[in-house]
Amino acid sequence: MADLAIKDPHVTPVLVEGNPSLHEVTNDVAQIVEGINRNVPVQWYIALAITGSITLLLFAMLGYLVATGIGVWGNNQPVGWAWDITNFVFWIGIGHAGTLISAILFLFRQKWRTSINRFAEAMTLFAVACALIYPLFHTGRPWRAAYWLLPLPNTHLWVWPNFRSPLVWDVFAVSTYATVSALFWYVGLVPDLATMRDRATGLAQKIYGALSLGWRGSARHWRNYEMAYLILAGLSTPLVLSVHSVVSFDFATSVLPGWHTTIFPPYFVAGAIFSGFAMVVTLMVIARWAFQIEHLVTIKHLENMNKIMLATGTIVGYAYATEFFIAWYSGNPYERFVFINRAFGPYAWAYWTMISCNVISPQFFWFKKLRTSVAFMFVLSIFVNIGMWFERFVIIASSLHRDFLPSSWGYFVPTWVDILTFLGTFGLFLTLFLFFVRFLPMIAVSEVKGMMAHQQMHHDAHGHAAKDGAKTHDASPGLTPVTGGGH
Amino acid sequence: MVVKHTNSPALKEKSVYGVVAEFDRPEALVAAGHQIHHGLGYKKIDALTPFPIHGIDDAIGVPRSILGYIVFGFGLFGLLNAIFMIWYTNGYDYPLVIGGKPLFAWEFSIPPMFELTILFSAFAAVFGMFALNGLPKFYHPIFEMEGWERATDDRYMLVIEASDPKFDIEQTPRVLSELGALRTEVIAK
Repeated sequence: MADLAIKDPHVTPVLVEGNPSLHEVTNDVAQIVEGINRNVPVQWYIALAITGSITLLLFAMLGYLVATGIGVWGNNQPVGWAWDITNFVFWIGIGHAGTLISAILFLFRQKWRTSINRFAEAMTLFAVACALIYPLFHTGRPWRAAYWLLPLPNTHLWVWPNFRSPLVWDVFAVSTYATVSALFWYVGLVPDLATMRDRATGLAQKIYGALSLGWRGSARHWRNYEMAYLILAGLSTPLVLSVHSVVSFDFATSVLPGWHTTIFPPYFVAGAIFSGFAMVVTLMVIARWAFQIEHLVTIKHLENMNKIMLATGTIVGYAYATEFFIAWYSGNPYERFVFINRAFGPYAWAYWTMISCNVISPQFFWFKKLRTSVAFMFVLSIFVNIGMWFERFVIIASSLHRDFLPSSWGYFVPTWVDILTFLGTFGLFLTLFLFFVRFLPMIAVSEVKGMMAHQQMHHDAHGHAAKDGAKTHDASPGLTPVTGGGH
Repeated sequence: MVVKHTNSPALKEKSVYGVVAEFDRPEALVAAGHQIHHGLGYKKIDALTPFPIHGIDDAIGVPRSILGYIVFGFGLFGLLNAIFMIWYTNGYDYPLVIGGKPLFAWEFSIPPMFELTILFSAFAAVFGMFALNGLPKFYHPIFEMEGWERATDDRYMLVIEASDPKFDIEQTPRVLSELGALRTEVIAK
């Protein structure tokens, strides 16, 4: 075979291992879907049975909430926002890695993104779907929520939503984010759906055919397609940064000590990327092992993600320190109290869990041995997931539970409905993922092949031009036997 | 519709869509396309490839995409929509004084203005792209070609349409073969 992957890691990192041909890459990815569909492995059913049951639990909890009232959740004065918004911010944050990989790394020409972007974008969509449950059901009457959230006049008074409220900004930010992420994901899928169509027969061919819209890879189409992809990446980059900024405005525009601070937007965005990459690593480690795609999602990809976790985790740790410093420097007694209370008050256990998981644990990734160890990064990514959930809980509960008036102080404890609802969103998230890996190519095949061909051309231009002079169409053995035999 | 005798001279020129040549390397496709377009003066050329090929647009004369202008227009439309919506609902139709803040101001309108600009632009980018490409289009003459589906896997097809003034049902396939095509096939409309 020709040298499709470049050997010298100092020239180009090995992004695809084992020198597969383009056809082999197509096979490796497409056969996951085709293989599962032809002969569904029993593990898939077992996994679906578990996650599906947990999803049903979510639906039961939501039904119970709607039938009874939001009093079944533990949030009440003084902690009027508790697990609902914690989980909302947690899930929205998870989604950020997908958009970062698909948009920002695309603009920075980071070729390693091609193996993981489809997977991470799917994760974004499912995470945002889980997140949207919370504000919707916190209204208590989700079928009426449109009147409060969307610019629709209220049926009785014909009053409109208040655009001076960050909660309305949040509706626009999150719904735009969900929509644009779905569009971006679908556009990326179209060429691969066409590949699936051309390999399939019968009903599968019809379904993939309908979904791929008759894509045939015309150069005239690719030109518009690449432009659309570039524009979407350009649009999604400020969008993803804006989403968590706007989410943080929900807190920052209030006058509550611990919330009312200008550091929130960048701090929330860094935390979101941190948690999102942790979730991608958690899921990717399982998926690449379960579907034997270790040569497409290599240690190099995982290591790069761990480096991003190290960078964003350190930013998050820096933000925690800055918060403390500003609270002290402001001289505001309420602000100072909130932060001392965070670290040493009734929620100290949550605060120190957050610090250990978010600030200390990513520092291990300074060591190459540790950040290239699959077992280690898997455990650590779960720690980061836990830590980032606690970050949101600490910000929300510890600021609310002791505000200006000591007589109204309290302590939030979740109810069993809170706990089972949160557990249920994991069921929904993983169920959607199981359907995704069964029915859609989880790696962006056309992008990986484009990356391989580009590296190959680059390699040829540098490697052979000197030796062969103008002869750039050097035949690769096995592909063009006619010219290849002439040497 | 169905042409069993590919490359058959019996196929009437009027019922021919064009000729397809298959290549196994992107560089070969680009070189052949360049020769066909710039060297021999063919105009109605297309390429079918599993991923975008660097340099094919210049080689076969595909003009730059106009999608950016469409997206810009729709983005501006989204921005104006947001401004109008916020001014109309909060400042004009049902003014509510909240916290002594102005009824309408651009400062607090920035987040929805930004989001709607992005939303409209993204819709324009995606649906504009499909519209410019003439998709969805579930049938195309090329689908009749034997083995064309490798164009979404690992082969690179060059298509010359019969409507090209220089097209010749005997000559064009021969030229393509000389340019290194693995095989050529005449396909019907």
